[in-house]
Amino acid sequence: MTDFWDELRATTQARIGLGRAGDGMPTSRVLEFRLAHAVARDAVHDPLDVDALVGELVRSGVCAGIEDDAGTGAVRAPVIEGEPGRARLGAPVVVTSRAANRAEYLRRPDRGRLPRDLAGLPATGADVGFVLADGLSARALQTHGPALLKALVEALPATFTLAPPVIATQARVGLGDHIGAALGVKTVLVLIGERPGLSVADSLGVYLTHHPEPGRPDSDRNCVSNIHSPGGLPYEAAARVIGGLIAGARQLGRSGVALKDTSREAAIAASTPDVALP
Amino acid sequence: MSVYTQTSRGTTYRFDGLVELMAKATPARSGDELAGCAAGSDAERVAAQLALADVPLSQFLEEPLVPYETDEVTRLILDTHDAVAFEPVRSLTVGAFRDWLLELAPRPEAGSVMGALAPGLTPEMVAAVSKLMRNQDLIAVAKATRVTTAFRSTVGLPGRLATRLQPNHPTDDLRGIAAATLDGLLLGCGDAVIGVNPAGDSPQTCADLLHLLDGIRSEYEIPTQTCVLTHVTTTIGLIEAGVPVDLVFQSVAGTQAANEGFGVSLSMLKEGYEAGLSLGRGTVGKNVMYMETGQGSALSADAHRGVGDRPVDQQTLEARAYAVCREYKPLLVNTVVGFIGPEYLYDGKQIIRAGLEDHFCGKLLGLPMGVDVCYTNHAEADQDDMDTLLTLLGVAGCSFVIAVPGADDVMLGYQSTSFHDALYTRQALGMRPAPEFEAWLRKMQMMDDDGRVLPVEASSSALRALTGVSR
Repeated sequence: MTDFWDELRATTQARIGLGRAGDGMPTSRVLEFRLAHAVARDAVHDPLDVDALVGELVRSGVCAGIEDDAGTGAVRAPVIEGEPGRARLGAPVVVTSRAANRAEYLRRPDRGRLPRDLAGLPATGADVGFVLADGLSARALQTHGPALLKALVEALPATFTLAPPVIATQARVGLGDHIGAALGVKTVLVLIGERPGLSVADSLGVYLTHHPEPGRPDSDRNCVSNIHSPGGLPYEAAARVIGGLIAGARQLGRSGVALKDTSREAAIAASTPDVALP
Repeated sequence: MSVYTQTSRGTTYRFDGLVELMAKATPARSGDELAGCAAGSDAERVAAQLALADVPLSQFLEEPLVPYETDEVTRLILDTHDAVAFEPVRSLTVGAFRDWLLELAPRPEAGSVMGALAPGLTPEMVAAVSKLMRNQDLIAVAKATRVTTAFRSTVGLPGRLATRLQPNHPTDDLRGIAAATLDGLLLGCGDAVIGVNPAGDSPQTCADLLHLLDGIRSEYEIPTQTCVLTHVTTTIGLIEAGVPVDLVFQSVAGTQAANEGFGVSLSMLKEGYEAGLSLGRGTVGKNVMYMETGQGSALSADAHRGVGDRPVDQQTLEARAYAVCREYKPLLVNTVVGFIGPEYLYDGKQIIRAGLEDHFCGKLLGLPMGVDVCYTNHAEADQDDMDTLLTLLGVAGCSFVIAVPGADDVMLGYQSTSFHDALYTRQALGMRPAPEFEAWLRKMQMMDDDGRVLPVEASSSALRALTGVSR
């Protein structure tokens, strides 16, 4: 019996074949679950290490380094065209929402959707902008954000202009509408930590909004979720689907329910968000 | 707008219209605090309940909480209201209606009386009386309702608790989904539906999943139905393409604006309903819709405002979503009660209360209510809270609950109830699965004469081959 389920466990992280103690679960399974829940709860409350994330983005070669603008701390980065040998993206800019801390973020999602101050963002008019948001799992962004961003940049046509990435803390998906509008981008991608589950506490989702502007309903977005490794959607596969969705949105002139993923990437797909976004 | 006042221990409270009165009479929850419509104090909350108890039920037909002119859900509610069915309670106040329900509940005719009354009730009336009720009232009255629906199995019969087998997978891997399906079937689950939330809604992915599930169902002649929970427009396309669709799924909410947030309208739902009905795939019934709701969905889409642009409380809006559901005679309505997060239902206490309210309101409106007894990792809740709510819902006669492997949904990232939890509830309360499914379990030698699901070795089960999908 153990062998039978072991083979199937290679196909899913779901808790299958747990055995029984009467109608309940065996003690070991109950305690495993309790531990996983404790770890996930801790993940919700871990803050994003912004300096470490910036360092990783620069080290990976996807972003230019941050330059201090005349010692004011404000950061300006030009739109950088794709050129061999250069970082494809400008230096990251850091913003935060109006949620002052984690406790407020959890109970007031409305404040997580509003920016505190976007004065540091350049108006780029670029084709695509990227928001790196902590969402409900900063660990997800910390772990998978740089590699996914790199894969996304590589999956987009070299002719596209790309805005510098914006790191957003205490951020909800809707904050991307404000950031996208301030950057003046045609399409904004919000890479955001998803709500931690028991098996996976570091899963990233990407929300695509064409012509971002404050007030966009969620039905105007498309999302690709469960991006993590191992066991989730790989970075390159996610990037290909998103690349296809961007092309579709540009052709259609909009994103959301009307835009379907027809890229047929194995069993991978995009969806319109359902009840709750991070 | 009408003004309601209540003087209590020397303090006079004023409530502008039913919209404010209903919100302030609602038991405390974070979503109403987020919306800015909750009572400012416990005393104000009870004062609102005192005032609400004296409001005639008929007032809800005169004073909509969401404007008739701008909201198609309000138009649906008022235009389809059955005045004849309403007659037995037409002269009652909200408080007297509570007493009337509690008097009726223990009587043998309660189920048929409440069934006949349902078309005469609006969601707002039902929400109002729920706000005056204690948890035991919500349980006692819901238990007395009789709502049965059917497709290939019958859901909602007394003494029965059905389950949705929910074998979700983060990348829609067909083998992984088949493995979780096998696990659930071996533990006696899946009689309400075997239903997958796809990680994405590409039509081809949904088609692959439907072919997988329908293949399993037909190969083993399982008397149940399958569903891929994708947008109604995607399902309509799949039906046109000849993919085996049993149930048409859609999430819905209680305002037109919130439904627009989901990308749906009443006409679109009607189209989906008719497309599902046209297939004629049900064997014991013709209920073809599977609909999901949850308190807070309108607020999360900033689509929760009513008359005078004032916030409507989330429990009233949830009840309004049931009016949308009942128009399409669903097989299953599932309130996903703790899924949306602590900003709407903060802790175990609020989740338990909301689960009982939703079940009560849906049943009183004539719907086959199931509850996804669940929570997320950012809420103040745990398995003990879920055990409590699940047990209470079993007592209340809940039509079905959700069952996922080990209570852990690895695709949606939340905790629901497990296959084991369903076994526990049926055993503790002496309940059985849907009759057609029970007969199948017996035929497969997976259940004994006492209704106990036997501990079958997967490796020796006839079902084991269902995991051998080729892709």
